[in-house]
Amino acid sequence: MDSLELDIRLPLRSFALELTLAVGRETFALVGPSGAGKTSALRAVAGLARPASGRIVLGGRVLFDADRGVDVPPEERGVGFVFQDYALFPHMTVEQNVAYGGRARAGELLERFGIAALAKARPGQLSGGERQRVGLARALAREPGVLLLDEPLSALDPHTRAGLRIELGEILDDLDLPVLLVTHDFHDATVLADRVAALVDGLVLQTGTASELIAAPADAFVASFTGANVLAGHARRAPDGLTEIALAGGGFVYSVDDAEGEVEVAVYPWDVSIAREAPDDSALNHVRGPITSLVTVGNRARVQVGGLVGEVTTASAERLGLREGDVVTVSFKAAATRLVERTTPAR
Amino acid sequence: MKRRAFDGVLVVATILGLTFLLLPLVAIFLRVPVGEFLAQLHSDVAIDALLVTLETNAIAQGLIVLVGTPCAYLLATRRFRGRALAITLVELPLVLPPAVAGLALLAAFGRLGLLGGTFDTLGVTVSFTKTAVILAVAYVASPFYVRGAIAAFEALDQPLLDASRTLGAGPGRTFFRVALPLASQGLVAAAALSVARGLGEFGATIMFAGSFQGVTQTLSLAIYAQFDLDFDVAISLGAVLVVVCAAILLTVKLVPAWTRSSSTSVFPFAPSRSS
Repeated sequence: MDSLELDIRLPLRSFALELTLAVGRETFALVGPSGAGKTSALRAVAGLARPASGRIVLGGRVLFDADRGVDVPPEERGVGFVFQDYALFPHMTVEQNVAYGGRARAGELLERFGIAALAKARPGQLSGGERQRVGLARALAREPGVLLLDEPLSALDPHTRAGLRIELGEILDDLDLPVLLVTHDFHDATVLADRVAALVDGLVLQTGTASELIAAPADAFVASFTGANVLAGHARRAPDGLTEIALAGGGFVYSVDDAEGEVEVAVYPWDVSIAREAPDDSALNHVRGPITSLVTVGNRARVQVGGLVGEVTTASAERLGLREGDVVTVSFKAAATRLVERTTPAR
Repeated sequence: MKRRAFDGVLVVATILGLTFLLLPLVAIFLRVPVGEFLAQLHSDVAIDALLVTLETNAIAQGLIVLVGTPCAYLLATRRFRGRALAITLVELPLVLPPAVAGLALLAAFGRLGLLGGTFDTLGVTVSFTKTAVILAVAYVASPFYVRGAIAAFEALDQPLLDASRTLGAGPGRTFFRVALPLASQGLVAAAALSVARGLGEFGATIMFAGSFQGVTQTLSLAIYAQFDLDFDVAISLGAVLVVVCAAILLTVKLVPAWTRSSSTSVFPFAPSRSS
């Protein structure tokens, strides 16, 4: 019964958040651009924002029910909330912060999160990672029925972010709680969450595991948000069972997906290969053009040719001696060429 | 050359202004030698005035803080219809001439005033008593505290208050354990300004409470009374007020350095980050 169920409608400034979710003992991520209503969803669960209609039930206990006039105040909801910048009390020590919600487990949590040595320090003296751990320990001190995390990694600099993403993922895996987190970074969601919902303008476009979203993005927005190249084009059925797409930017590509009319073509950078000469391989799609940008991130190089970004290992990039301005051929299989619906503006 | 000339104008104006502000204060201390100044303070008039001032101001400031703090918290943290009007009303005594404030208090609480009859039946007289001094001081000084307190509460980081709620603290506990400590710096600064205004209160007090030595005659009123009788006594009393007010100004300036909090500072004088 340890689950969070919500079905709410919460009017926001320019649109309404409409959210129906059931989160079990798992980590569920709401992913979307800023201003999509993600934080408002968390605030509604915590009792800090009041939906116009709907229900919120946590572990069988009704926290909010607009029809029956139930609205449990935040302090009685038993919800652990880790705020975007952690919102640690600056006038209290780490220990006092953690004990604020519940004295009984404070010592144990300080030990568990490796912050016992910082017990007497004030939040102003802590690093970003330490603050995050204090924020987590504090939110868990009251033994909440659900843990809410608002952009847990956005307050960190890119350098510490990667390490803390993994650390946070391990912490969340060990929790035997429903966890609802929001992030604007799909990569954060893939590492942290078991299931993901893409939220835009208050509406969920697609729900699934991160790999499901990547394998079959529901529309162009989800495709681009999950990292795909998205190109507009016009599809028509080709004789051999394939679909031929005339790209708006010129050229033709083929896909195994069936579609006709205006479509968006989604190709993930890791499905793209790059060669100096047009290769004689099984890939049906070839785009030839000069490299407009070449960026190395860790052991991978992101190569941009026209509107397409391909990702190859730095070793391959070096072997081919790739430089900006070189004319290369970008290839990808028809099977890796997904056709998705053009995203229609929600309203 | 032009830039030099401009800088010169700025410097001269500043020196002129500061001299104008400081010269009268220096004159007070030059007029009365320190020995005589202390002797004058032993006079009955001076001691009575000092005691009346301290007693009435202590009670008035206590009332201002007691009523003003929750009022400021409400105005700062809730959005409701008529909020702007309520804030304007809080600020009203700032622009009201003190003599008019005194007159208005008399019209409300005086023997022949609006509530005079009610107080009469209860056997209570307000006008021309210490209570009147307290009310006059509270009336004119309260905006200085409440305005500063509203600013201090508004500057609080909303997520901190939200965090407190989700951690199981109700609105009351959130106020005492999070809002009050974090706003304390701004509240102390606001209270200091209010005290400074209250100590100097003259117009409303003389209209509403009169100037009876040992009862309603505060330092300001004593200065005015002694002005015709013994100028040196008046000057000595003035010197006392100057010292007290200078101490308050210094307190306000130094408060940020006392509190450890590195969070937002609400500071009525110098919003510069460098100080």
